[in-house]
Amino acid sequence: MLLEIENVSKHFGGLAALTDVSLSIMKGEIYALIGPNGAGKTTLFNVITGIYRPDSGNFRLEGMEMAGKKPSMMAKSGISRTFQNIRLFSNMTAMENVMVGRHCRTKSGLLGAIFGSRETRSEEKSVREKARHLLDYVGIEQHAQRLAKNLSYGDQRRLEIARALATEPRLLALDEPAAGMNHSETDSLRNLLETIRRDGTTLLLIEHDVKLVMGLCDRLSVLHFGKKIAEGTPSEIAGNPQVVEAYLGAP
Amino acid sequence: MEIFLQQLVNGVVLGSIYALVALGYTLVYGIMGLINFAHGDVVMIGAMVTLTVARLLSNSGLPGPLIVLLGLLAAVPTCMATGYLIERIAYRPLRNAPRLAPLITAIGVSILLQNLAMMIWGREYLSFPQIIPSHAFSFFGASISTTQSIIVIGSGVMMVCLSFLVKKTKLGNAMRATSQNPEVATLMGVEVNTVISLTFILGSALAAIAGMMVSAYYGIAHYDMGFMLGLKAFTAAVLGGIGNIEGAVLGGLLLGIIESMGAGYLGTLTGGVMGSNYQDVFAFFVLILVLVLRPSGLLGERVGERP
Repeated sequence: MLLEIENVSKHFGGLAALTDVSLSIMKGEIYALIGPNGAGKTTLFNVITGIYRPDSGNFRLEGMEMAGKKPSMMAKSGISRTFQNIRLFSNMTAMENVMVGRHCRTKSGLLGAIFGSRETRSEEKSVREKARHLLDYVGIEQHAQRLAKNLSYGDQRRLEIARALATEPRLLALDEPAAGMNHSETDSLRNLLETIRRDGTTLLLIEHDVKLVMGLCDRLSVLHFGKKIAEGTPSEIAGNPQVVEAYLGAP
Repeated sequence: MEIFLQQLVNGVVLGSIYALVALGYTLVYGIMGLINFAHGDVVMIGAMVTLTVARLLSNSGLPGPLIVLLGLLAAVPTCMATGYLIERIAYRPLRNAPRLAPLITAIGVSILLQNLAMMIWGREYLSFPQIIPSHAFSFFGASISTTQSIIVIGSGVMMVCLSFLVKKTKLGNAMRATSQNPEVATLMGVEVNTVISLTFILGSALAAIAGMMVSAYYGIAHYDMGFMLGLKAFTAAVLGGIGNIEGAVLGGLLLGIIESMGAGYLGTLTGGVMGSNYQDVFAFFVLILVLVLRPSGLLGERVGERP
């Protein structure tokens, strides 16, 4: 079991964004969260990446208690994410964006950078190589030196994935990775996500593209008004009348 | 022509000092959108500490340049600690407050530092002991002293180092990431608080060096010298495009040259009605012009883009 979420609740004023949500994700699977807008999917992402502290409940990554940890510790612990609305460092190059992602995996202190010690320099070289490799891995190596804001939309999404992978996550959380993509971009995204899983990273994704989700994930949960109303394999979910009514639409 | 060259030399020297101080404003503004009005007073503290050490050692028989260097070795850590404490105590608690709050606080910190300095060093003008041998050499008829050339070369080296640090190192990467999106930088494992502290420490180290230069060059220091110097350097940063490192350097040099040209020619141009004591007018005239005509500064491009 990689991630266990236990009875997590989160309220904003009178609004119950999440109510007693529990789910567990196994190592090596692709797990999806679906549900209508406002169902609490992104709130759950914000909880497991430390942006929100849950009001109650907790979650564990490979048995390690995570609730209440600082956001800057989450990447180090092995959870990394992308954003629904792309949030790159837009005035930095693609390469530099990925290098920031290496931050939590490099040892040399910030002061070492000022004095330029030998270890710092060799570490910086390996960071650069790793970043280049990751850009190649997601297929945008040719844009390494371009500013993030000048990349195409699809490439920006890939760059966000490369930056998240740079932290060497055990769990990669993707918030609507296919949003705004056309068919061929979505197809190549699917290939990329399958490659990432094959190379050993567990994936959690929020996605509205039902066809992509059903074809890609091993299991999924359906959230509705902050509650989990169903969990199962894609075929189980597609046949669940409650889900069909709440989300997929009655035939 | 000789006057022109001489004023150009003076302007470049003055401009190098402005540029060094302007870098402190621009670094902090770039990373957190805050105008640290106390920065000029950190320069004053650097000047005061250098001057104090120079006075203590002036009869020790040590060579003058060594004494100034020792003064600098005392000033840099003092200013770094001051900068760190200012951020930690005065600005960090207001990190998420409306932007007016830290701005007012910055002015408060500036007044506090001036008053502290007045209590420690008194309200008199303190003179820098005559310990630096002054050789001047001639450059197409303009005279340049060793102190002047050290100021220009020293500032140049600091600027190149800083530019390298921000553009090419891990710390620089973290600084730029923090400046563009602190929340995402945190999620990537960047310790934003540490990065901001280091930015203040770095800017304050530059302020210490500038303070040493000012006190040795003008031979005088005073508890409220940081106020005017800070305003001028702020003007230089705005002129170049605040938040932009090259802009701060360009703005500093331009402002220094404009001021010293103005001071050199104003008397002749107005038939003696206005003398070189109107020098300070130019900086603020430039500030008003920039704010009216090109608020983003010469090299600035993004204004109001911060989320």
